[in-house]
Amino acid sequence: MAYAGKKSNRLSESALTALPLVFLLGLSMALMVADQRMGYGSLVRQNLSIVTEPFWWIASAPMRLFRGGRDELALRSQLQADNLQRRKDLEIAIARIHQLKAVADENQRLRRLLGGTRGYSLNVQMVSILDIDLDPFRQRLVLDAGSESGVVLGQALIDSGGVLGQVVEVGKNRSTALLVTDPDHAVPVQVARSGLRTIAYGTGQSDRLVLPNIPQSADVRRGDVLITSGIGGRFPAGFPVGTITGVQPDKLRLFVTADATPAAHLDRGNEVLLISNRAPVIDVGPPAREAQP
Amino acid sequence: MIRPPTGWLIYGSFALGLVFAVLPLPAVLQSVRPYLLAMLLAYWLMEAPSRVGLGTAFVVGLCADILTASLLGEQAFRLVVLTYIVQHFRARLRFFPLWQQAVAIGLLLLNDRIISWLIHLFAGSPSHGWMYWLAPLLGVLLWPWLYVLLDLARLRARERS
Repeated sequence: MAYAGKKSNRLSESALTALPLVFLLGLSMALMVADQRMGYGSLVRQNLSIVTEPFWWIASAPMRLFRGGRDELALRSQLQADNLQRRKDLEIAIARIHQLKAVADENQRLRRLLGGTRGYSLNVQMVSILDIDLDPFRQRLVLDAGSESGVVLGQALIDSGGVLGQVVEVGKNRSTALLVTDPDHAVPVQVARSGLRTIAYGTGQSDRLVLPNIPQSADVRRGDVLITSGIGGRFPAGFPVGTITGVQPDKLRLFVTADATPAAHLDRGNEVLLISNRAPVIDVGPPAREAQP
Repeated sequence: MIRPPTGWLIYGSFALGLVFAVLPLPAVLQSVRPYLLAMLLAYWLMEAPSRVGLGTAFVVGLCADILTASLLGEQAFRLVVLTYIVQHFRARLRFFPLWQQAVAIGLLLLNDRIISWLIHLFAGSPSHGWMYWLAPLLGVLLWPWLYVLLDLARLRARERS
C-alpha cells in the first residue's frame, strides 16, 4: 500500500515538474501554426518594430562603419577612376533612354488611339538595404525606410537587374521585403519573345525560380527572358524577372516546368529602388491630363 | 556561498546573442552561423539556475524569432527543449572537463539542428545544404572560449559589487 501510494506521489510530482515544459512547448507550437497558417508573425513584428529596430541598427553598425571608412580612405586616383567609369555608364544610359523615350512616346500615342489613358508615369524612390542577416532559410531583406518615408505595404522592389521582390511588413523606419526567390513569393510573368503569360515562383534558393504548369504546346525555350506581365497590378509591366535555364516535363507529363535564374542582383546590393505605382490602373474616366486642374 | 550573477550581465549577454543572430556574415558563413544564443543559455543554465529557466528560454527564443523573421515560436520551441535537457543533466555537465563539456554542447546543438530541420520540414521550407549540419561543430570550437570569457565577466562583476 505504502509503496503504491509513494509511487503515485512521485508520478504526480514528475508530472508537475514537466507541466511548464509541456505548456511552453504547446504554446510555441500554437504560435508556429498560427504564423504558418495565418501569417500572424508579420503582424506581431510590425507592432514590435520599435523594439527590433535598435537591435537591427546595432547589428548593421559594423558594416556601416566599414563602408564609411572605406569611402573616407579611398585613394584619389581610385575615386577618379570610379568617377570616370560612372560618367561613361551614365552617358551610355542616357543614350539608351533617348532611344527608349521615342518608343515610349510612340507607345503612349498608340494607347491614346486605343482610348486608354493608362500612363507610364513611374515614381521610384531609392532606399538602402540594412546590413543584417535574417533567417537564412527565408528569403527576406530589411530596408532602411519605413512608413515615415512613404513605404507602403505591397510596393514592388527592383534593382538595376530587375524585379527583386515586394514589401511585406512596414514599420516606422524599417520595412521587410520578400524576395522573388522566397517560396511564398509569386510574380506574374511573360516570356518576352513569345508573349506567353505564366507565374514564376520562388524556390528558397537564391539563384533559382520555378515556373510550373506551362502547357506543353507553349513556346518556351532555354535562354528566354522573362518580364513582368503587369497582371495583378502589383508589379508594373515590363521589368525583367529572369532568364529560363531549362525546361522539362513535370511528373504527370501533362505540363512542362521551367527553371529560371532571377535577373536581380539578390546577393546583397547596397541600394534598391521602390516603385510607387500610384497611377490609376483602370482605363475609365477622363484622360489624366484633363482631369488635373 | 556563491551569489548568483547580476541580472544585467545575463540579460546583456542575451542581448548580444540576439545582435549576433542578425549580424551580417559573408554568404558562405551564413548557414554555419553558430547558435550563440543557445550556448549562452546553456552557460547560464549551468551557472545561474536560479535566474534562468524555461520561461527565460521561451522569452529569449520569441525575441529571436521576432528579430530574425523566422517562424514565430520556432526558436522558442528549440530553446525550451534545450533548456529542459540542460536542466536535466546540469549536475553532470557542470563538472565535466571543458573539452568534454564542449562535446556535450555540440550534441545539444546538433539535437537543436535536427529539431529545426523537422520544423522546417513540417512548415514546407526548402531543403538545406550539407553546410547546415556544420554549425554545431563550430559551436564546439567556440564553447571553451565562450565559457572562459563569461567566467571572467562574471568574476569581474562580482568583484565590483
